[in-house]
Parts: sequence; structure tokens; C-alpha cells
Amino acid sequence: MITKMNHVSIFVLNQDSAFDFYVNKLGFKVHTDAAMGPGMRWLTVNPPEQPDLEITLMAIDEGMMFKKEAAEQMRALVKQGTFGFGVFECNDLLATYEELKAKGVEFTKPPKKEFYGFEALFKDDSGNWFSLGEKKKD
Amino acid sequence: MPEDLYPKIYLYRRIVQAKMFIDEHFHDNINLAEIADEAFFSKFHFIRLFSTIYDKTPHQYLITVRIDHAKLLLRTKMPVAEVCFEVGFTSVSSFSGLFRKLVGQSPSAYQSQQHKLLIAVAEMPFNFIPNCFAEKKGWT
Repeated sequence: MITKMNHVSIFVLNQDSAFDFYVNKLGFKVHTDAAMGPGMRWLTVNPPEQPDLEITLMAIDEGMMFKKEAAEQMRALVKQGTFGFGVFECNDLLATYEELKAKGVEFTKPPKKEFYGFEALFKDDSGNWFSLGEKKKD
Repeated sequence: MPEDLYPKIYLYRRIVQAKMFIDEHFHDNINLAEIADEAFFSKFHFIRLFSTIYDKTPHQYLITVRIDHAKLLLRTKMPVAEVCFEVGFTSVSSFSGLFRKLVGQSPSAYQSQQHKLLIAVAEMPFNFIPNCFAEKKGWT
């Protein structure tokens, strides 16, 4: 029986820039930042209140994981905003929106009340997009 | 954003600015009453709104930010007392007490544990990476 997910990957164009975005702008915590040799880095972060979920910021580089052509295609797709990697949650969407916007995060949809909930959409520094929802209040 | 949906957007902005002020100036001697004044709130109103949004009073939030930053500094070799003053506390005993309360161990125990962890990651990084990823990326 599967009980939980503990790693999930987000493919990024540049790990240094992704570090700045996810840690300094979104406020995520660095879980592991390990140099694996020249040009190889294992970088994972946690959402602040989810220490057991490691988000791997995976560089799209030519190598074993991506052949040259696949890496180029993947980088182009990410840049175009093809991939939506998930839904984040916050306590107060409006306050979080105002803060992230002030920090330069690009929102493609400001907070809006939808039939399914209160939602905004933003992009990371690579072009991946995410939904941001508000924790349901009791 | 439609202003009619959030008629109190200006209140939010002031609270968010206050939160970001704490994020930036946590190491200074922050006077929360002054922040409330600058945000044009009564202290009571400021604390109530801040707590509604962040689930913490401004003071509790300031303590959390300082302790979070202390955790980062303790991963370096900075002595505990220096970390204490660097993040804005003025008493090592109160810093240690708050650290233990929030983190569950003393600053020195945390520092020792983190140093061991950093050494382990540097020496045996594969112990910290799911094997499938390492294999797929050609690191094994």
C-alpha cells in the first residue's frame, strides 16, 4: 500500500535561479543541496510546513536523463509555460498574492473566486506554472 | 484585481508590508508598536489583523523568523552566542530557551547535528538521493 509521496520533481532551466525563486521569493526551505561533481547538483526544497515532501529542482541538462535533442525540446517547452506542476496552498491567498507580487513573482491570474475555490496562478522563474489556493477555513 | 471583491485591499497591503518589514529587519531592534504606527493602525487592530492573516501575532512571527535564520547560521561554524546577537536577540539564555521551545533541541545540539549531516552529505551524497534518480542521471 502506498502511503505518501516524499519526492516530486520540477524541471528548471537554471538551478541557481530556481534556488533564488523557491527559497528567497517563495520562502521554501532548502532540504538538500549536494554537489555531485562538475555541473551536477542535487537540490531539493520543502514548502515551509511540509518538511517531509522534497521538491527536487531538476536541471534540464544534456546527460543521462536527457539526450541533447530532448533537453532542447524540454527547455523550450518549459519556457513556453507548457507544464503546470501542481497546486500550492497558503493560509491567506490575498496576502500571499500581495507579498509574492511585491517580490516580483509573475501572476498569470490574480486571486479569483471560482466555483471550486479561491485561486490564483503564478509562474516560476523557468516558466512552470502553479495554482495557488487558500486553505479552507473551518 | 477587482477592488469591489476586496474592499479592504489597502489593509492587506499594509499588513503584508509590515510582515515584509519584519522579514527584512528581524536582526534589528524592532519596535512592533512603531510598525503599527507606520501602518496607520492601532496596536490592537494591527495585532488582530496580522494574526488573522498569519496565524501568529507580530511578536510570535518575529521570533519565528529569528529562529529560522538562526538555524541557517548555526549550519555554519558561527558560535551560538554570535548567532544569538546576529539574529536580533539580546540575551543568549532567552535565545536558547526560545530555540529549544520551537526547534526541540538546544542551539548547540542543533549545530552539532547539522554539522554531522553536512559532512555526511558531502562525503556520501548518494545516501541522500533516491537511487532511481541517481541512476537515471548517470551519477552512480
